[in-house]
Amino acid sequence: MNRFPVIEMKGISKRFPGVIANDNISFRVYPGEIHALLGENGAGKSTLMSILAGLYRPDSGTIKVKGEVIRLHSPRKALEEGIGMIYQHFRLVNNFTVAENIVLGSKHVNWGIKQERIQKETREISHNYGLEINPAVRVNQLSLGEQQRVEILKMLYRGCDILIMDEPTTVLTPGEVKELFQVLRIMSRQGKSIVLITHKLNEVMEIADYVTVLRRGKVVGDDRIENLDEGILTRMMVAREVVYSQAQRDSSPGGVILNVDNLKIQGDRGNIAVHEVSFNLRRGEIMAIAGVAGNGQRELVEALAGLRKAVSGSIEYEGEEIKHYDAKSRIALGINMVPEDRIGMGLVPNLSVIDNSILRSYYKEEFYSGWFLNYNKIRSYTDRIINEYNIVLSDSNHPVNYLSGGNLQKLLLGREIDQKPRVLLASYPIRGLDVAAAEGVYDLLLKERDKGTAILLVLEDLDDIFRIADRVAVMYQGFIRKILDVEKTSIDEIGSIMVGTELAGV
Amino acid sequence: MLKLKLIRRENESTMARLIVPVLSIIMAFGCGWIFLALSGYLPAVVFAKMFNGALGSPYAISETIVKAVPLMVAGLAISLAFRMKLWNIGAEGQIYMGAFAASGMALALGNGSPYVIIPIMMIAAFAAGALWGLVPGLLKAYWQVNETIITLMLNYVAIYWVDYLVFGPWKDPNSMGFPLTPIFSPAAQLPTWGDSRVHLGLLLAGIIAIVFYLVVQYTRWGYEVRVMGESSQAAKYAGMNVAKNIMLVMMVSGGIAGIAGMIEVAGITHRLQQGVSPGYGYTAIIVAWLARLNPFAIIIVAFLFGALLVGGFAVQIVGVSFSITQILQGTVLFFLLAGEIFLRYRLVLAREEAV
Repeated sequence: MNRFPVIEMKGISKRFPGVIANDNISFRVYPGEIHALLGENGAGKSTLMSILAGLYRPDSGTIKVKGEVIRLHSPRKALEEGIGMIYQHFRLVNNFTVAENIVLGSKHVNWGIKQERIQKETREISHNYGLEINPAVRVNQLSLGEQQRVEILKMLYRGCDILIMDEPTTVLTPGEVKELFQVLRIMSRQGKSIVLITHKLNEVMEIADYVTVLRRGKVVGDDRIENLDEGILTRMMVAREVVYSQAQRDSSPGGVILNVDNLKIQGDRGNIAVHEVSFNLRRGEIMAIAGVAGNGQRELVEALAGLRKAVSGSIEYEGEEIKHYDAKSRIALGINMVPEDRIGMGLVPNLSVIDNSILRSYYKEEFYSGWFLNYNKIRSYTDRIINEYNIVLSDSNHPVNYLSGGNLQKLLLGREIDQKPRVLLASYPIRGLDVAAAEGVYDLLLKERDKGTAILLVLEDLDDIFRIADRVAVMYQGFIRKILDVEKTSIDEIGSIMVGTELAGV
Repeated sequence: MLKLKLIRRENESTMARLIVPVLSIIMAFGCGWIFLALSGYLPAVVFAKMFNGALGSPYAISETIVKAVPLMVAGLAISLAFRMKLWNIGAEGQIYMGAFAASGMALALGNGSPYVIIPIMMIAAFAAGALWGLVPGLLKAYWQVNETIITLMLNYVAIYWVDYLVFGPWKDPNSMGFPLTPIFSPAAQLPTWGDSRVHLGLLLAGIIAIVFYLVVQYTRWGYEVRVMGESSQAAKYAGMNVAKNIMLVMMVSGGIAGIAGMIEVAGITHRLQQGVSPGYGYTAIIVAWLARLNPFAIIIVAFLFGALLVGGFAVQIVGVSFSITQILQGTVLFFLLAGEIFLRYRLVLAREEAV
């Protein structure tokens, strides 16, 4: 290729207290290239791209944009250079229309906004890139996939030539992922460069032209996609062969332990989040709940765990109505839960690992004498959890925030599993985890299942469902649309139910 | 190119924790020096007076302690609520309610055994302060009413309630018109140390600090408070009763502040009077905050604030006006608070690579 790179980062290093996030990294992007930046969690991908987007400043190294050395001291400066980043959490004003969001903060707007003009401009850009969207609609009426389109349009409106996207597919349905990739291809044909931060190998293989792999802050490999395959990439990422074990669905479910009948649950804003759902859960099986986030999964799990009151319906545990039991009594019955917010709900930030290890059992007799907590016993309990579940940490007196995502999840799961649950509820247990950590979590869950525990998992990735679950309940707009046997269904079938068959038109 | 940068410290050194406040105070005095000189005073004389008045003699120190005790107790009260992110700025009112209830008991019981009367006063003060904390606690727990506003409003209610009593029904007929109640019987007065005005309240403050520390760090309830202070979501997930604990913490916080009021009337004024607390409840917020809610640091910080108050009084006697002493005190505060940032961050002279 005879072209000059549009971005050339050389010798970039960035330290944070206690970690070297980027260690002498060099990174190039060519015009019209879709470049995947691949790596496990904590490999330094987001840091590197935040430097490119002007959010962080490197401790050392230079950045050339279109051949010139540029100091990107602010996101604004990066935008002026044509570099825009789309974060996992969108930065949109919910009460503004699409068009307003797109022009917001851009230099073309001075005093007052002419609605017709900006809507016309928006329509033109969206048409050019196949990003169909109604510019007059308010952002809070859009789905996450549509909001992402607004973010892309925003960057295009500002004249970005280099678009960085941080894990763009996490919030999307399978159909939306396809559409996004199509848009990216159009953009690349028009000469725009795209950097995708990701850890999903199949997406990399599908869309990328070029791949750079990071591990522990260093570049471990980079090459054109033609010279790579998933095996090579995985090896680069984790530096060891991860064997995907296939024989995971040889479960032998027992009798029904939990029977949910016509359960209706209120959401946070007084709306009905879950409408009369019914299902049962058997001993020794894993049932997955599939659905786009925000379709009632969280409310359902919270209601089962006793953290949220059900409006009507019944929850029977071994034939006993437990709808009115609070969280503590349900833990006592053996219903345990791992929430989706690991830090903030599942674990208390700023408290030590020791304090966190007893969050759900601090009131049990073994941990106190009189009014006082018995920290000797608590300490040895924590040590046991750390050993049994292979949690890697430097000091259990340190706040729990110092742990990596995989270790946080192991601590959470370990803590719940240690209570010998009979029903285990877990939301997104492998979200954001790298390959090796996810394997560890799968192993724990399968072991629990084989012990006869009934497991209900909320999952977002359909591949995961096929790897681990026996049955899958698909939720859409607060209803369980269908409960399927995993062996007798397909990704396409689940995917189309997830987005509501009538909408998807698949 | 040279640039100044603030970098977050990984962990704060103990040395810095001692040096930074000292430097802050020195700088504040430097600033005050210029100000005094411009106003036509001799700064050296004023500062010497201030220092001598606050710390220069056993008597000065005893007076500083006298001022520090209510700040200690109220600071501890506030820090409990702040731990749970309940912004109780109502310590002032809770002090007044405590003073009112303790005085009511003292006046009603007359003479008797101090071993009976003083504990009764203390219980009454705790109960009254607790009630003043419970009202905003209840509103917060069940209807999410902002506790900051309610506690602030209740301050006025308490202050004017005491005004009403000392101007009206409880006024001492022999007070020649001053808004005071009759003096308490000796049995309702806290014992003092030697000839000084340092009273049993100092010991009480120490005991409260120790108990506070043990309760928060090592008891089940303390554990709940720590969890709830960090995350109410996690507390619910752990099966804790958040609403109940909001009320309980507000009650205990108010109750301790109430004890500060009791200590003031039983230890110093020996009667209920108008303005029994000259804003201790507000100053204690700054004390608690500067001490980072650490009970032992609160004792030390409260002592420094006591010195600042007493030093201010001392220079007024030699003719420095009240407003000037207020400005000097404000300067010290300003520098102390500004110095905090250097505890959390490091100022680095960074040489960025020329490009």
